[in-house]
Amino acid sequence: MDYINAFWVGGLICALAQILLDRTKLMPGRVMVLLVCTGAVLGALRIYQPLQDYAGAGASVPLAGFGNLLWKGVKEAVDKEGFIGIFLGGFKASAVGISAALVFGYLASLICEPKMKK
Amino acid sequence: MTQGLQSIAFEQSPYVVSSASVVGKKEGEGPLGKMFDMVETENLFGEDTWEAAESTMQKEACVLAMGKAHIHKEDVRFLFGGDLLRQGIATSLGVEAFGIPMFGLFGACSTSGEALALASMSVAAGYGDYMLAVTSSHFGSAEKEFRFPLSYANQRPLSAQWTVTGSGAFLVGKKRSHVRITGITVGKIVDFGLKDSQNMGACMAPAAADTIERNLKDFGRVPDDYSRIITGDLGYVGQSILFDLMRGKEIDIKKNHIDCGMMIFDQNKQDTHAGGSGCGCAASVLSSYVLPKLERGEWKRVLFVPTGALMSTVSFNEGESVPGIAHGIVLEHC
Amino acid sequence: MDRKKQQEAYENYVKKKTPVHNLPVNMAKAFITGGIICAAGQSILNYCEKMGLNKDISGGWTSMILILASVILTALNIYPRIAKWGGAGALVPITGFANSVAAPAIEFQKEGQVMGIGCKIFTIAGPVILYGVFTSWVLGFLYWIGKIAGIF
Repeated sequence: MDYINAFWVGGLICALAQILLDRTKLMPGRVMVLLVCTGAVLGALRIYQPLQDYAGAGASVPLAGFGNLLWKGVKEAVDKEGFIGIFLGGFKASAVGISAALVFGYLASLICEPKMKK
Repeated sequence: MTQGLQSIAFEQSPYVVSSASVVGKKEGEGPLGKMFDMVETENLFGEDTWEAAESTMQKEACVLAMGKAHIHKEDVRFLFGGDLLRQGIATSLGVEAFGIPMFGLFGACSTSGEALALASMSVAAGYGDYMLAVTSSHFGSAEKEFRFPLSYANQRPLSAQWTVTGSGAFLVGKKRSHVRITGITVGKIVDFGLKDSQNMGACMAPAAADTIERNLKDFGRVPDDYSRIITGDLGYVGQSILFDLMRGKEIDIKKNHIDCGMMIFDQNKQDTHAGGSGCGCAASVLSSYVLPKLERGEWKRVLFVPTGALMSTVSFNEGESVPGIAHGIVLEHC
Repeated sequence: MDRKKQQEAYENYVKKKTPVHNLPVNMAKAFITGGIICAAGQSILNYCEKMGLNKDISGGWTSMILILASVILTALNIYPRIAKWGGAGALVPITGFANSVAAPAIEFQKEGQVMGIGCKIFTIAGPVILYGVFTSWVLGFLYWIGKIAGIF
């Protein structure tokens, strides 16, 4: 059951983003930014977490989940550390994603040559 | 001699002595594949980077053009060349080895017209016996500079055009051949305020329409006076807009219009969306397809109108529109 | 007609003339592609939780493995082909973020370690990180004020 929920919620978020890509002049980079910010705001409004509890990876894997993760990190840090937590929590919570992308991306650039598009 | 408002009609028309085309793998697999002088199946052309590959392409095109005419590089007085990269670096590095005095040009995809116009003017004015006009573009270097890294996961819109990996070189001179440049119409910047970098055809079509109309008026001709009116890289979207714009001017070019960007790739099989584009598109098609038809006399007179979208990534990010330009070159069988 | 109106008229005309992708078909493709990636993420998540890891760490493993897979597919030039078919379905999941890091790193390696890979690796991912961090910072600031004011 959790697979089905992950599939349809994740798929739906992607399908909605496709409307932005196809029907507006928004470049893909902007769509990505928009999703992350939306996720953070929805997280703060306590809308995203219930969705994630329902859909699991269907909500956490899309970039909106990344935004929610940033918000969650900041909130927890503020609860724990007070003011300085505003600066602490975001990067801490998103550390795995950003580090993994940078490290693996860098390694790939050492191994691979640029290739033509098919 | 000046003709009309923007044109020149040569008294002593210079000849296109020879020409050569060099293209990449995808272009070689296209409908014109067998007509190019050289098809490189390795898109790096034996080099390390896309930029160096583009330079090599230009160099090879020049060597081939001079070789076909048995003209040594010492006999070429001036070289007019350009490409799509910043500061025209592909040309600078590509033609350096020849040691020919040169002018570096930028006219985006219209550069082949700009180079041919200046080369033929120089020959007609008696400033030299032979001039070389060369342009190139490379899919890899152009995508990298103007759009996204090649392995980035973006979906190209249907209006997007595929930058041709190719180069065309033309030797213009006094030596008799079967094609001469009898006139040129220099285009002006035409900007309808469009800001879509993924719809170049629509940005360039107004410039093409303007130049074609100007050419017809300046020379007192009708479209039927040309066997073909050949635009550079308007693509499928640009062509349909060009037809509409021309209809607005009450000129019908539907019968004898062709577009290099629509011919170089197979629309059904090669999935390039709106067709080919780039400096190399118009240049390689002119050399491989148009000039041979003129040489054989199948076509008597054509108007070659390479079109350029003069886009800078900086001004584009700053919200400026994409200005267009098109130059008209009148080529005749003789 | 003044210039601005003319430009608008041309823009609208071009919009009508320009073909666009079939939206329902593209949305369906994005739905399937995104759905599969998320379901794959769910299976990693489930496996981690079965191994007794807590929720946050399981989420971390899920992200890491998906990112690794995406970078490998990008390096093999397969990810762009998935994206060509799946559109936003390949762009929106964390795998799209990983692709946006790996693709410029690979493309600009010729321009050197610092000015090439080092700078350009952030060309697409940089804005995502910046605005994500900034948005969460603003929200965190509001939350902090709210806490002081006793709202939360």
